[in-house]
Amino acid sequence: MLTRTLLLGAASALAMVSFANAETLTIATVNNGDMVRMQKLTDDFTKKNPDIKLEWVTLEENVLRQRVTTDIATKGGQYDIMTIGTYEVPIWAKQGWLLPLDGLAKDYNKDDLLPAIRDAVSVDGKLYASPFYGESAMVMYRKDLAEKAGVTIPEKPTWDQIADAARKMTDKSTETYGICLRGKAGWGENMALLTATANSFGARWFDEKWHPQFDQPEWKHALKFYVDLMKEAGPPGASSNGFNENLALFQTGKCGIWIDATVAASFVTNPKESKVADKVGYALFPTGGVENHGNWLWAWNLGVPAGTKKAEAAQKFVSWATDKAYTELVASKEGWANVPPGTRTSLYANAEYQKAAPFAKITLDAMTAANTSKPTIKPVPYTGGQFVAIPEFQGLGTAVGQQFSAALAGSMTVDQALQGAQALTTREMTKGGYIK
Amino acid sequence: MARATTTRSKIVFTVIGWTIGFLIFFPILWTFLTSFKTEGTAIATPPQFLFFDWTLENYREVQSRSDYFKHFTNSVVISVGSTLIGLALAIPAAWAMAFSPTKRTKDILMWMLSTKMMPSVGVLVPLYLIFRDWGLLDTRIGLVAVLTMINLPIIVWMLYTYFKEIPGEILEAARMDGASLMKEIVYVLTPMAVPGIASTMLLNIILAWNEAFWTLNLTAANAAPLTQFIASYSSPEGLFWAKLSAASTMAIAPILIMGWFSQKQLVRGLTFGAVK
Repeated sequence: MLTRTLLLGAASALAMVSFANAETLTIATVNNGDMVRMQKLTDDFTKKNPDIKLEWVTLEENVLRQRVTTDIATKGGQYDIMTIGTYEVPIWAKQGWLLPLDGLAKDYNKDDLLPAIRDAVSVDGKLYASPFYGESAMVMYRKDLAEKAGVTIPEKPTWDQIADAARKMTDKSTETYGICLRGKAGWGENMALLTATANSFGARWFDEKWHPQFDQPEWKHALKFYVDLMKEAGPPGASSNGFNENLALFQTGKCGIWIDATVAASFVTNPKESKVADKVGYALFPTGGVENHGNWLWAWNLGVPAGTKKAEAAQKFVSWATDKAYTELVASKEGWANVPPGTRTSLYANAEYQKAAPFAKITLDAMTAANTSKPTIKPVPYTGGQFVAIPEFQGLGTAVGQQFSAALAGSMTVDQALQGAQALTTREMTKGGYIK
Repeated sequence: MARATTTRSKIVFTVIGWTIGFLIFFPILWTFLTSFKTEGTAIATPPQFLFFDWTLENYREVQSRSDYFKHFTNSVVISVGSTLIGLALAIPAAWAMAFSPTKRTKDILMWMLSTKMMPSVGVLVPLYLIFRDWGLLDTRIGLVAVLTMINLPIIVWMLYTYFKEIPGEILEAARMDGASLMKEIVYVLTPMAVPGIASTMLLNIILAWNEAFWTLNLTAANAAPLTQFIASYSSPEGLFWAKLSAASTMAIAPILIMGWFSQKQLVRGLTFGAVK
């Protein structure tokens, strides 16, 4: 009896030791298709690393941002890997909140990353997060409607050409609207589109001394153009439309042109969900009188917070999820069309991917055209593209977005919205110590 | 003169009652219906009410992607735990205020309520730091403690109002018969206050079940209740309404069923203090 008890005790002690050896990584992420797919494929990782367990915390984008910001700023240590955007990476890296990724696997091949994306997640030449999927923005249009309306959209269109085509495609009697653009207020909603649009019109958020520039003619030109075009050729209630609403409109054949993130192409060409899958044409983000395609660039990245105690295991996982072998794993299980796009040069050189994704070339062109170190023609003190990479931008962008959304809804004129934006941005920048 | 209730006015009031009831219930009904649609139908304009291809696909997807039972258990532990501890603290407090009030009692009650007036996010960072240092982040104990404190003012207020309705003379009579304080509370006060305590308990379980600020911000993988289960189904790039509705339906179903069975007590709880 005693022997048995002792044996049992020893066995359970052994079990506890081996249990203590297994590390659990907690990963915070958003609920986007590519991330959900990654969760389903993690068996491959845990098979190769039996001593590492994975726990997922999936959250809505805004909740996630608030949650991981609180945790990383207080060094709470709740997460070992965080999904963060290109907006957060440089700001957090400079705060010392992220660990530099110098322990990635040997075959990770940093040089294979698209240069624009690699630069966006690096500070002083060091990688602080590894891109999981990336996107720029582009024009998606209905080839059949363009033909019917007798218009052609060139590969590098101007805003005037887009507006002309949109007006001609509009047929409100059949609920066909020439153009669908974001109107819902938010720094990552309408302000992503409008900041990129402003860049393409030569406008800028701030001059070299951080003075807001909403009182300048370029902003007025850009915003007036957007509001007029949407009133004439846009869907009703556009001021509450974001990515998903426009996606639904475009998929059901109600939009002629949709200008949004390149990742949308894989949705609208999916015949299971889209009625217009075989009728979509693509073009670069339009220019508005200056040689600038908006400089929209975004990536969801995996970063390792400085508060984690499991940095080595975390980097193992980051390597697995973002290296070239992962794209091959996805391709073997779910086909090339489902591979996370926009991070690696090798993917765009892959003939099978090009065949499965007709939008591959234009996506690559759009991403290559984006220059985040020089977002607009005039000199600026900030980097970014469809956003301004300063910590204040989340609050500022959303407040300005509300003004512009109101201008689109018609409850305010374009001039009033710009004055409101100028006043509130001046106030916040003074408070933040940018303007003396 | 006796008031005549005509059939006509009965019908009118019934119709008004049902209309208001339906309006209030409509968002829940719509969530329920949407959970059986495909993602495309869920966002279609014009919206489809009943005549669409019903599918269980969303429930299947949600089941395969998340551990519903873990979140559900956390929700039960957190909401019931915080309510029971809250009651244990609030019953003596409310008893003291109702039966031996001082001239400051009203002020204390008001002060308690005033703690509810500060936006939660104002204390997020300090509380987060305390939780981090005490190792309470992502634990059920931590959440039970926070939700107990948050709901305590409401529990005290509700119990106070119930206890006020109990005539003090009955307690005096018990005292004259030689009952000790303990006996007075257990054998005299409690039986009379049971309906009040029950409705307070139910209402607080619902409040704690629905609490979505602290439960999201103080948890990660282990202690997260159903609020996080819902929050994980919204997506910035990709259609999500049908799956989100399925997750929401699963999250509210237990509390809805509980509410249904205990509606008598709930209605009494919710209309406390109203003119009778």
